[in-house]
This record gives sequence, C-alpha cells and structure tokens, in this order.
Amino acid sequence: MAQRVALLVGTRKGLFVLDGDAKRESWNVRGPLCDGWPIHDAIYDEASGAIYAGGGSNWYGPAVWRSNDLGASWSHSSEGITYGDDAEKVATIWSLATGPGGAMYAGVEPAGLFRSADGGSTWSHVEGLTNHPSRPEWQPGNGGLILHSIVPSPEDAERVWVGISSVGAFETADGGRTWSTRNKGVRAGFMPEGQQYPDFGQCVHKLVMAADGGEHLYQQNHCGVYRSTDGGRQWEEITPGLPTEFGFPMGAHPRDPDTVWTIPMTEPDAGRFMIDGHAAVYRSNDGGTTWQKATAGLPQDNAYISVLREAMAVDSLDPVGVYFGTSTGQLYGSRDEGRTWGLVADNLPAIWSVEAAIVD
Amino acid sequence: MADVHLPRSLVALFPGAPRRLRAHGATVAEVIADLDAQVPGIRNRLLDAGPSIRTHINVFVGGQRATLTTPVAADAVVHVIPAVSGG
Repeated sequence: MAQRVALLVGTRKGLFVLDGDAKRESWNVRGPLCDGWPIHDAIYDEASGAIYAGGGSNWYGPAVWRSNDLGASWSHSSEGITYGDDAEKVATIWSLATGPGGAMYAGVEPAGLFRSADGGSTWSHVEGLTNHPSRPEWQPGNGGLILHSIVPSPEDAERVWVGISSVGAFETADGGRTWSTRNKGVRAGFMPEGQQYPDFGQCVHKLVMAADGGEHLYQQNHCGVYRSTDGGRQWEEITPGLPTEFGFPMGAHPRDPDTVWTIPMTEPDAGRFMIDGHAAVYRSNDGGTTWQKATAGLPQDNAYISVLREAMAVDSLDPVGVYFGTSTGQLYGSRDEGRTWGLVADNLPAIWSVEAAIVD
Repeated sequence: MADVHLPRSLVALFPGAPRRLRAHGATVAEVIADLDAQVPGIRNRLLDAGPSIRTHINVFVGGQRATLTTPVAADAVVHVIPAVSGG
C-alpha cells in the first residue's frame, strides 16, 4: 500500500488528524479528538503505530493520551506525572518524544521531564534535571516555565537534549542522572551588556536535530538562530540572512543535515507575527550560511499570523513535505520542500502543534 | 454506599463508565478511592498533588461543598461538578 501522510494537529480545543491522499493534495479532517482537551504536542511512534497526544484540561489536569488505531479510540494516563504531594503541581504536558529502546519522554510545566517505559501507561520523574544546581534560578518565559523541546539521540539511549524557556538547553549522557548546560555561544540579548552569554538563562524556543543525528543540532532562539556540530557544547549564530532574529518553530530535513526551515516573525515587542503582514518561510540548504525566502502560495495581504514553537512539521517523503499551523487556525503545507505552499485546512482552533506521520 | 453523580466531561474520559454509581467510603477521599477501584484512573482526574481536589472541580455532599476530609454518610448523595470556566 502507498505511503501517505497523516498530520497530527494539536490545538487549544482538541487534537485533529488530517488524513492526506497519496499525492498530499487533499486532506480529510477528523476531530476534535481527545475530548477537546488543549493539546500542546502530538507524536506518532513508528515502532508501535501509536499516536500520543500531550496536554492538560483546565478541569482534569495533565495527561498523555494514546491511540492504537490512528485516533479512532483513546486512553489516557498521568500516573506518576507528579513532583510529589509537597511540591509544585504539574499544570500541563508541553512536549513528547520517543527514544531508542522504547523510551518515551514528556516535558511539562513547570519545567521538568518524565519518562515512561511502558508506552505512556506509567511515568517516572527524571529527577536529575530537577536537581540541577541551576534549578532555583530558572525563570519562566512569556509562555511559562516550560520544557518544550526533547531531542533523544537516535542511537544512544543514554543521551537526551532538552530545551527549557527561558533557561536554555541541557544534555544528559547518562540516562538523565546528570545534566550539563549547552548554551555556550547563544546570546541572551535581553540581559544587560556584559551579561549576554551566561551559562544558562537563554530563551531557547525550539531545539531540533539534523538528519545526520549524533551531535548536529539547530535551535531557533528568542535571540537568533544557531547551529552546533558538537552536541551543543558550542553554538554558532546563523541569523544573518534572516529578516529578524525572532521566531518560534524550526524544522530539519529528514535526510539532508544542511537543510532547515524557520519562520521569522516581528520582534517580541512588535507583535510576534509575520513581517509586514506577508507570510514567509525561510529555508537554508547550507546549514544556515544562506537563507532563501518562500512566499508562493502564502497570504501576502494583511497576514498578521503567528506560528508557535511546535507548530511546524516535516515529513519524510521525497520530495519532503513541510507544514505549519497558525495560532489563528490555518494550516499550510508544501509538497516541494518549502518552495511553494498551499492552504491545507482553515478555521481550526488555535494551532499549537503539528506533526507529520507516515502511515500505510 | 454513597450515590455518586459524575459529569459528562469526566465519564467521557473513561469509555463505558456510568454517569451515576455507588461507592463506599466514610470520607470524600475514601469515596474517590473506591471510584478509582471501579474506574481506574479517575482519581488522577479529580485530585492534584497534595492530595487536593483539583482547583476547577467541585465535590458536593448532600448539597454542601466538600473537601477530601468531609464525612460521607452511608446514604449520602455526592455530586462531582466541574467549575464554570473556560473560553
């Protein structure tokens, strides 16, 4: 059977699944799923064929939802997602990821990491991150103190990178027992002169791994775009060529480690939406040394739309499909690696996350 | 046994769970523990760390707003009601 793409779209009012045809031209919208809960992130686990969705209900708290049948039926659990009875309450799930060996991770607000070894039925707190000496000084970003990016090494089950706003990036190489900051070279431009390159306190917006895995990372930050080829020990700014340094999402090509996409938006104090009302996606094919602007098929008149950190996805077909959702409910897609675009869906609730799953 | 009434939005999270069921317990905490035995996972939807009843959940015993330590008589009527909030 031909491969097709299913887009998992997390919104403020439930998860939606968009089933694409073989050409990625028409899409059937299913939803709202997960009983209309706010969903911050949804992922597809190729190994098990399960969809996971993470979020939190105003009434019923945080949970990770699981569907074994592409969204037709669901279960959910938050068993173990707690810092303890005497500690801070977990408000919601912000991010999900799967790693080698069946490991699963959930990033939460207030910032912390939980791990599951049984497909999301039960969870345990990765205490090593919460016990990092910097923890008492962590400060929230505008969206809260959230662990929003989880990047497990594809080969080494002991290695995981995370991104926390507005704290920065961390890496563990020992399965979560100890963590090291990974922010060298990343600017915290909102700090006073002379204090703009701290050990932590940077406002990472999205952390992604390049196709060659290992130690090749990119990040869109509050203050610029960066790449690292040594697992985040040193970052190099690749903002030149982009119209602004501010944006939230970032996407990496599944096969070419030098191709990434980002969506620059107006500066934090100037609206945080598409520049001059012209929607555009920027692509680099040389690791961020140069950038190409794509506007074809995107709205160019009064498009004061925003794209949040988890709301960009890349599929693994050839040519690669790229997708992004807006905080005003439009979903755009490209079948030619981000060169030309079209509207996939409109009038959805505010979109918080997009994931592209390849299903048979 | 208490006569427990649950809201639609709660039972929707547990396919097959009834809107109304009987539960043992001398306090609200014990009643919720018995509910969890009958509907596994329901405790986590009603209680936060502490444990405490979640901020936007109200439990009424005999028409009076209750806490986890509120006594529940054998013939009590218990209502779980989500707060009117959202947007």
